[in-house]
Amino acid sequence: MIRADSSILLEVHDLHANVEDTEILKGLNLTVKRGEIHAIMGLNGSGKSTFAKVLAGHPAYRMTGGEILFNGMDITSLAPEERARAGLFLAFQYPVEIPGVANDQFLRLAYNTVQRQRGKEELDPLEFDDFVREKMKLLDMNPGFLDRSVNEGFSGGEKKRNEILQMALLEPMLAVLDETDSGLDIDALRIVAKGVNQLASQDNALILVTHYQRLLDYIEPDYVHVMEAGRIIKTSGKELALELEAHGYDWISGDKTRASGVQP
Amino acid sequence: MNTLIKNVSFQEWISSWNSGKITAPEHSTNYLDQLRTNAVNHIAALKFPSTRDEEWRFTDITPLKHAAFKQPSAATELTASDLTQYFIDESVIRIVFVDGQYMPGLSSTAAQHGVTIDSLSKLVATDISAVTQHLGQIAEYHNNAFVALNTAFMQEGVGIVISENIVVDAPIHVLFVATQQEVTACPRCLLVVGAGSRITLVEEYLALTDCAYTTNAVIEAQLADSANVNHIRLQRESREAFHIANTSVQIAHAASYQSISIALGAQISRFDQHISLADQHAQCSIDGLTLISDQQLADTHTWIDHIKPQATSRQLHKCIADGSAHAVFSGKIIVRPDAQQTDARQMNRNLLLSDKASIDTKPQLEIFADDVKCSHGATIGQLDADALFYLQSRGLNLASARNLLTYAFGAEVIDFIPVDSVKQQLADLILAKTRIH
Repeated sequence: MIRADSSILLEVHDLHANVEDTEILKGLNLTVKRGEIHAIMGLNGSGKSTFAKVLAGHPAYRMTGGEILFNGMDITSLAPEERARAGLFLAFQYPVEIPGVANDQFLRLAYNTVQRQRGKEELDPLEFDDFVREKMKLLDMNPGFLDRSVNEGFSGGEKKRNEILQMALLEPMLAVLDETDSGLDIDALRIVAKGVNQLASQDNALILVTHYQRLLDYIEPDYVHVMEAGRIIKTSGKELALELEAHGYDWISGDKTRASGVQP
Repeated sequence: MNTLIKNVSFQEWISSWNSGKITAPEHSTNYLDQLRTNAVNHIAALKFPSTRDEEWRFTDITPLKHAAFKQPSAATELTASDLTQYFIDESVIRIVFVDGQYMPGLSSTAAQHGVTIDSLSKLVATDISAVTQHLGQIAEYHNNAFVALNTAFMQEGVGIVISENIVVDAPIHVLFVATQQEVTACPRCLLVVGAGSRITLVEEYLALTDCAYTTNAVIEAQLADSANVNHIRLQRESREAFHIANTSVQIAHAASYQSISIALGAQISRFDQHISLADQHAQCSIDGLTLISDQQLADTHTWIDHIKPQATSRQLHKCIADGSAHAVFSGKIIVRPDAQQTDARQMNRNLLLSDKASIDTKPQLEIFADDVKCSHGATIGQLDADALFYLQSRGLNLASARNLLTYAFGAEVIDFIPVDSVKQQLADLILAKTRIH
């Protein structure tokens, strides 16, 4: 929800980033305020997922220019775990399977680590079990997923639900959902979207990285940005997503009146 | 320390001990004494292993050769309360060795129908046939100096004899405790499991102080027809210790043997496991986990011998080496000409956690039959970068993320352990070792 008096949560200025020696992000600008939902759309290879990973601090992506201010703090030199503790969350496009680590053990470790860093109370296994089961209801998740290894043998939809469960536990200020809709059937998509909507509030913000309009039927964005060649080339309201769905990306591509990426 | 001495005979090594030579028992017709005499006489013919021997190619035990060790003096006075913290909750039967010597006073071998436990010398004296039939017959010493040395001392050992069709639900805990510096302990166990019987054995090595000593252990086991044995082995010796161990198991018709061997401790350790699938439909699964760091060296050599048709073997061995540690795995599966329709699978997975750590692996299949299903494989890898980032993005620092993934790699083997408290204890121990608990 857009509110005039809302404070800025994320400011990205002229962001440049490389993977190995190839420049992927070439001057990206974005401002996100509390309470807002932003969608970043674009063709494959436009740099959407790279942006998500750079925000989260993936070591394989090297920032070569610009700055990222999160909640007023420059996070470019922070390790991924420091960004997570500060309230940044990335829901992975391909959540990693970790055989041998029970999901509940992993969730509790992540929860308690972040709680401890934020000076809040940690939960013992029994307390955590009650807590996490309550959160799982939000996502219609079977508690049986607690005993299994992290993401191992989960279906695409189950993995994505497990990501949103982590978001529910870690209560980030800014959540970046990287292609969370990919690989989901319509029922799973509804459940995931319902969960995300319940977590969205006036105090936090969401960035939805997505290829298709479909997700935006269920999670309504305040802004839609289109990325091409490592930059945001157009920014508009949610109606832009519908136009993209109807007409594809070609009509914007090379548009001479490129948006700066910063909202009016 | 001594300068490098080449071609030291085993006899020379032993005679360099403070207390001098090993002497054979005096003229005795007792079965056990004769075995000991034969072993003592044979030792002179055996060499101290060197890296020139194929089976010791990767494992240099020169530091052991140069260590000044002696036979244990009088056993350290311990009471059960000194050891309570090491006891396994589920266990009723407990067998305690201190510095290689069986301690009936610290053990709990309360009479249970069909279960006989006593020192080997007493069992032989009372002519228990299961003992005289198998003792010294399963663990071969003619080509193995350490087994020969152990055999020379085996009057201090223990026999566990299970009659036919007995089910012992609670795990039998055999605890080998080291208390003295610079001694060489030679504990010995014989396990004879009668037809149709079922037991779980937990064999555990630990030290009460962080001192240097040598353990040279031998376990012999005979499983009669349709017997079923779970054998858990936990080697968590002092980091200063040398640990040499030989386990030899003979598995009869339709009998089943499952072993899980965990190596965590010792400066240098070497574990040889000889499995003989001696009759049709015999089965074994031989799993192992080595988790070492710093300057540790841990070597596991296994031999699975398919002698008769239609036997099955499964093996998963994992090594994790951190620091400058060196892990060795050599696993040989032999399929004899008679062993048609053998089903054998072996997998060895290795994880290197540092640039200085090293792992040598040598899986081997020797097949002399033509109608068999056999497979083997080995992998060596490092921690997955994507998984590390995933954990970090959930708030774990890099060290914790590494440790959790390391634990996860080993957990696959630990999860096989059928004794809950041991599984939990080990999980805690490894998580503590990997500093995330």
